[in-house]
Amino acid sequence: MERNPLRRQLQIMRKSLFDQGYLDEQFVQLEELQDDSNPNFVEEVVTLYYRDSARLILNIEQALERKPYNFHKLDAYMHQFKGSSSSIGAKKVKAESTLFREYCKSGNGEGCMRCFQQLKKEYATLRKKLEAYFQVARQAGPMETACRPK
Amino acid sequence: MTVEQIVSETKDQFPIGMRVLAVDDDPTCLLLLETLLRRCQYHVTTTSQAITALKMLRENKNKFDLVISDVHMPDMDGFKLLELVGLEMDLPVIMLSANGDTKLVMKGITHGACDYLLKPVRIEELKNIWQHVVRRKKFDRKVRSNSDSQDKPHADSGEAAGIGKADNNVKINKKRKDQNEDEDEDLDENGHDNDDPSAQKKPRVVWSVELHRKFVAAVNQLGIEKAVPKKILELMNVEKLTRENVASHLQKFRLYLKRISCVANQQANMAAAVGTADSSYLRMGSLNGLGNFHALSGTDQLHNAAFRSFPPSGVLGRLNTPAGLGIRGLPSPGTIQLGHVQNSGHSSNDQSKLQSFIPGNHNTNILQGMPMSLDLDQLQNNKGVSHIGELPAANSTAVFPVSGSLIDSRIAGFSNNPLLGVTSNSLMLEGSSQQANLHASNLRDGVSAVGFQNGNTLSNFASIDPVSSQLRDSKADLQGQAAPINCNAGPMIRSVPPQEWNAPRKDAPYQSHLMSSSVNSSIPVNGAMVQLDQCLDRNNSIFHRTMDSDSIGPLNFVDPLSIKHGEGLNSAAMEPPVIEKEGYLMYQLRPHGNHIPDNIGSLEDLASAMMK
Repeated sequence: MERNPLRRQLQIMRKSLFDQGYLDEQFVQLEELQDDSNPNFVEEVVTLYYRDSARLILNIEQALERKPYNFHKLDAYMHQFKGSSSSIGAKKVKAESTLFREYCKSGNGEGCMRCFQQLKKEYATLRKKLEAYFQVARQAGPMETACRPK
Repeated sequence: MTVEQIVSETKDQFPIGMRVLAVDDDPTCLLLLETLLRRCQYHVTTTSQAITALKMLRENKNKFDLVISDVHMPDMDGFKLLELVGLEMDLPVIMLSANGDTKLVMKGITHGACDYLLKPVRIEELKNIWQHVVRRKKFDRKVRSNSDSQDKPHADSGEAAGIGKADNNVKINKKRKDQNEDEDEDLDENGHDNDDPSAQKKPRVVWSVELHRKFVAAVNQLGIEKAVPKKILELMNVEKLTRENVASHLQKFRLYLKRISCVANQQANMAAAVGTADSSYLRMGSLNGLGNFHALSGTDQLHNAAFRSFPPSGVLGRLNTPAGLGIRGLPSPGTIQLGHVQNSGHSSNDQSKLQSFIPGNHNTNILQGMPMSLDLDQLQNNKGVSHIGELPAANSTAVFPVSGSLIDSRIAGFSNNPLLGVTSNSLMLEGSSQQANLHASNLRDGVSAVGFQNGNTLSNFASIDPVSSQLRDSKADLQGQAAPINCNAGPMIRSVPPQEWNAPRKDAPYQSHLMSSSVNSSIPVNGAMVQLDQCLDRNNSIFHRTMDSDSIGPLNFVDPLSIKHGEGLNSAAMEPPVIEKEGYLMYQLRPHGNHIPDNIGSLEDLASAMMK
């Protein structure tokens, strides 16, 4: 356990993110790639993700406003979104993406819509949590090593 | 020696410093991939656009060791990029996708990917990707060692079938002393190996236009069904070319033909429109194609450039049209057919046809007139002949397209005739390029040009000397453009995946690449011709002749010779070349047992098919 209170707090936050299923193993990979030569890698990637995926979310939203739904297009967008989300280890968001794609494949428009609303919620929640996490991280200073979640 | 040892001989630090090109339109994934690769101590270059990636790769083939690409990209399908890279640069490509469907993975494999990774990528997986580079190098080295491999008996009949690279890799069991790689001396962009095996950096057989032509001729001669690497190798009689090289190339070629065959149908329609120019038409096409080829072979860059320039020319334009492009790799199926057409069936007619055939000049006109006649299926000379008359005036381009179309149709006819596909392309290409240049000089020149395809080849055109000189000039022009075509139609074919890898360029660019890569800067026409000679032998004496004059060797399809004929070489010389070409072409088109009745027959069929 970290003696430094900030570090301790950071560890707790991190653990909770994993325990609650917001993040998965992939996030650890990101952390492992962070080193002295690349000290803010994780935050950079996550920031990039949120910036780029905002565009995809918008596309999907717009597509969902046009009836009848173009499932093929929706699926394509979501496929891309899923790829990005899985790259940063956004576990819940990824799960919702998978579900959305299932609905697309079966042509379930309502299912898609519901799923998408849930997805946006998870997406926003994760964002807030990560932002808080990074804030503490910046204050706490560089972490020594990435700890694997239990 | 273990692989590591071998590798270390060439590059001490390998896999450290391995140069990877990463392509992914998703910035998050791309950044992650880049960082992971850097962590593996590779040298990484990234781009979010497939087109940019291709450009980088084309600029310098030796700049990268491996390519990793996403499957879903907005500007170009990942599979298309995969094919192109495989064909043009022969680099290992790894596909990356969030979607792990078996179907997609299978698609990746069939398109030649060495591996298929799922996102998110793990570093453990990336740590091992260097094996693909080594494997390929090793294989190449072996393959290039020498022709001893030919002696090796092996059940290659099956291998070519679809084993492809993987198979080749597997076959590299024996470590042969590395010798210079294949005989494409002119093509040296990749820094072919030198004598010292350990000094080889990237032992890769470069399928120059000439080499490819020989290959196509050999395959034609054997018939696509019976074309086994060992026999092909024997027929080609190229030093330092190993059976594995041929097997790998054959596999690609087959894939290409298959792809083209789909397109061929479209071409057939076009061809039909063209009319009868069957044999003569083909000849023209072939000639032109060949011409281009040579031009193409000049250099990759040249090819590319040439290739690109093609589209503008009438012929090229044609080629690019669905019909023309249909063949994908085949620039102008019609053109190819021309060459073939002549051979098939109408040997007697051929000559006449050839002469008249040379319509090439008209870009579209020719095609129109010709393709129809070309009707590959029927390919019976008559058609071609009639057209030819018309063509002469037309820009060669026209001719070519037709050829292409013819070829396409042909291709459609025999999907399994990979050669056809290829040939047509080559023809087409040549035609196109030639047309650009040739038109002016007239088919004749074109024909001759075809003869010397790479520009140099013209001189080879012994038979068509007078013409050749003219062609030469035109050829030169073409070369710039056509260059790609010559390059091995084969590779082109492959690269020309039906997918339209290069939307903008369509076949032309693709082909050019192929050609350029395969075609060494100057494919000695004579050389090619000679080969053709061997192959074509059957067609007729003329055929042989053309072969000689045309070094078009690799270009099977485009037999410059045939083109020469078509052109209406007024001189007898023309004829022979044409014939040869046809024979040559025929080979290509004629898959063994396929519908291609005879050398020409196949062409004609192809042409007719295309036209239809």
